[in-house]
Amino acid sequence: MADLLQDKDRIFTNLYGLQDWSLDAARDRGAWLGTEAILSQGRDWIIDQVKSSGLRGRGGAGFPTGLKWSFMPKEVGVRPHYLVVNADESEPGSCKDRDMLRHEPHLLIEGCLVASFAMQAKACYIYVRGEYILERQRLQAAIDEAYAAGLVGKNACGSGWDFDIYMHHGAGAYICGEETALLESLEGKKGQPRLKPPFPAGAGLYGCPTTVNNVESIAVVPTILRRGVEWWTQFGRDNNKGTKVFSISGHVNKPCNVEESLSIPMKKLIETYAGGVRGGWDNLKCVIPGGSSVPLLPKEICDTVLMDFDALRENQSGLGTAAMIVMDKSTDVVKAIARISYFYKHESCGQCTPCREGTGWMWRVMERMVRGEAETSEIDMLLDVTKQVEGHTICALGDAAAWPIQGLIRHFRHEIEERIDNYRVNKPVFVEAAE
Amino acid sequence: MSARRLAIRQPDEFSISAKAKAEIEKWVAKYPEGRQRSALIPALWIVQKDGDGWLPEKALRLVGDMLGMAYIRVYEVATFYTMFNLKPVGTHFIQLCGTTPCWLRGSDELKAMLKAKIGPQNTLSEDGKLSWLEVECLGSCANAPMVQISNAESDHYYEDLTAESLENVLDELVAGKEPKPGSQSGRHTSEPEGGPLTLKGQAPYHTTKMVQLPNADKKTSLNYYEWDPKERRATRGGWVDPELKASQDPKKRGDNVGKDLSEGLVDDEPFAGKPARASKSAPKRMTKDETEAKAKQKKDIQLLYEDGPTDGPKDDLKKIKGIGPAFERDLNEKGVYYYRQIGAWKAADVKQVEETVKKFPGRIKRDGWVKQAKALDRDLKAAEKKAAKSQTADKKKTSAKKPTAKKKGKA
Repeated sequence: MADLLQDKDRIFTNLYGLQDWSLDAARDRGAWLGTEAILSQGRDWIIDQVKSSGLRGRGGAGFPTGLKWSFMPKEVGVRPHYLVVNADESEPGSCKDRDMLRHEPHLLIEGCLVASFAMQAKACYIYVRGEYILERQRLQAAIDEAYAAGLVGKNACGSGWDFDIYMHHGAGAYICGEETALLESLEGKKGQPRLKPPFPAGAGLYGCPTTVNNVESIAVVPTILRRGVEWWTQFGRDNNKGTKVFSISGHVNKPCNVEESLSIPMKKLIETYAGGVRGGWDNLKCVIPGGSSVPLLPKEICDTVLMDFDALRENQSGLGTAAMIVMDKSTDVVKAIARISYFYKHESCGQCTPCREGTGWMWRVMERMVRGEAETSEIDMLLDVTKQVEGHTICALGDAAAWPIQGLIRHFRHEIEERIDNYRVNKPVFVEAAE
Repeated sequence: MSARRLAIRQPDEFSISAKAKAEIEKWVAKYPEGRQRSALIPALWIVQKDGDGWLPEKALRLVGDMLGMAYIRVYEVATFYTMFNLKPVGTHFIQLCGTTPCWLRGSDELKAMLKAKIGPQNTLSEDGKLSWLEVECLGSCANAPMVQISNAESDHYYEDLTAESLENVLDELVAGKEPKPGSQSGRHTSEPEGGPLTLKGQAPYHTTKMVQLPNADKKTSLNYYEWDPKERRATRGGWVDPELKASQDPKKRGDNVGKDLSEGLVDDEPFAGKPARASKSAPKRMTKDETEAKAKQKKDIQLLYEDGPTDGPKDDLKKIKGIGPAFERDLNEKGVYYYRQIGAWKAADVKQVEETVKKFPGRIKRDGWVKQAKALDRDLKAAEKKAAKSQTADKKKTSAKKPTAKKKGKA
């Protein structure tokens, strides 16, 4: 088993904000080093390097970033190209982008320049979620610094490339984290996802070719190019290369964010950095490994599972944003998932019927299951409804609402059944396990 | 989806400050021509912050007018996004995160406390200072449970809360104090409790070196910046070409060879050859001394010099378009002698001067004396500076010669 990641191999060396975020300090930590040299290598080289690094998007779906970039038209036509950075981090459990925005803004700005140059985008918008008010002030201050130092703007970084970067913000809608909803929102409309195709690379922001990337995907690019693909690919298994910022929340002794290499065993990650599960590893009940949208994993799987895209997929879950929500044995897991169902009901944009009606329906049934006021046969009906919602909506919110319930029924069906039985004989439906 | 409607009781009047208006215009400039609608969400947010923390219908219409949009499009957006409050909120509006990660860490206790202290959601407390709402994930899950408290000044996150610590925060806010935002349990940010386990020492953890880029040797004219942490400045291209590195020494740089550098380096700017900026950047901050000097200078300028031109020789006021010999005489009589004096006039000062002189009502504004005087003053100062520079340069020459003369004398 590979060793733990060393500080010297971390990209976000100011993740906790223990040092200054401003330009001088960021430069001391290595940001903006040789950016012009990177740009002088040409667009094809940059896209090629990102492709061969195997970097997969850090926003949830894990789509290869280099491949996404290569979908942009090779030549700029009548319509300008845009880069849009998705900093609308709202996935329950995920709080990594916030730390990057407030503590490492210069890595992001540098990444925007490199990515925009590679895709010939003259302008880049960073869409920060509305609630991150201090974060967006910080980002704006960093952008101003970069302009003043000539790193972005006309002849950005001395490369001869004119590049403008703007901060934009939302106003508290989870759905705007979906790329086409984000573009709608950026155009000043309701954040309702668009039908695809056309994909944003063909017709995105203002109908122009656009690429939407997560903050982390963009912010790691300059460092990958600086230190080389060999350096980056020594971390993680094949097809899951590189480092990743994990957020660990819930029933651990020390919730935190930490950057580690992909494919680290989940148990090692939790025990090393988060102080272990409350009451010891044996007190673990389940973990949601990638933000609220992915199905949970019971302890038996958590014992051995690796934290990367493929390993979690094999276990019928997903890496998502690598935001782990840990639950110990005292947790009312049915209620925890019901709360997630309420979240999706609240955040559905209301555009497609299966999602608008389905999320509310699923939440109401889940609430009844929490109280035990249901028929055992309704568990199968609920499962069936989740299958009807999944894959029948414009965007992935329908899927995201269905998966947690599917995960619950897959692994904790006995708990729901027990509740229903208890309710019928007038016993308390949920008794907290003694620690 | 949550149904959100405009408040039933609407205020009769609504207006925004000039500052908010300017702010909105700044946002509109961020988007391409004809896409000013993009600024809608930021504009609504600015208007909400500028007002009482919520958006009455009049506010929506006002924003619609500013951005040239149909009102219905503004309503759509205002009712869709949950951060726009459509009903009055307390002076301190508490948004409690109740989603699973916070729920697991005890947000229910906070909820019970808020309910007992303030009342049900979306209602004002008795003094109108507090109101609260359970919202969905606010993105601070490693510091759960948490709330965001919005008031006129700030929108701070308060993290790692317990029912007691949240109550303390609220009490302090109501008492007009400013409780410390962020973690309430002594954590810095999102590091593990008790101090970080990684990234502990002093950065940089790694002397970042670049890999050899494939095309680097093909392009001989590569010139990029290297950041020198010791000197805290960008230097050009040193780490690939040793010759270039040698030329980092300003004394050996082409244009400095053979020059007398005993007075210090003339060309020691961190960003030599810095590219021009494409768009507006933050205004250069003045140092403390500079601001003080400027303030002092401003203070020293009198509105009218009643004891004659006591602040140096008087300026030729006739150079201002609109002032002839007769006006100049009148002005001198009343104590106006300098460009900088006129340049510093505000509207009230203009009024006062006109009242004292009584000869040319309205001319000052019509002919734009103040603006002209400012420009003339600037030219004058620039000329003075130039003269002073050449003078010191002369002095340097003479002082440089002197020691050699002495040496000769000794010899």
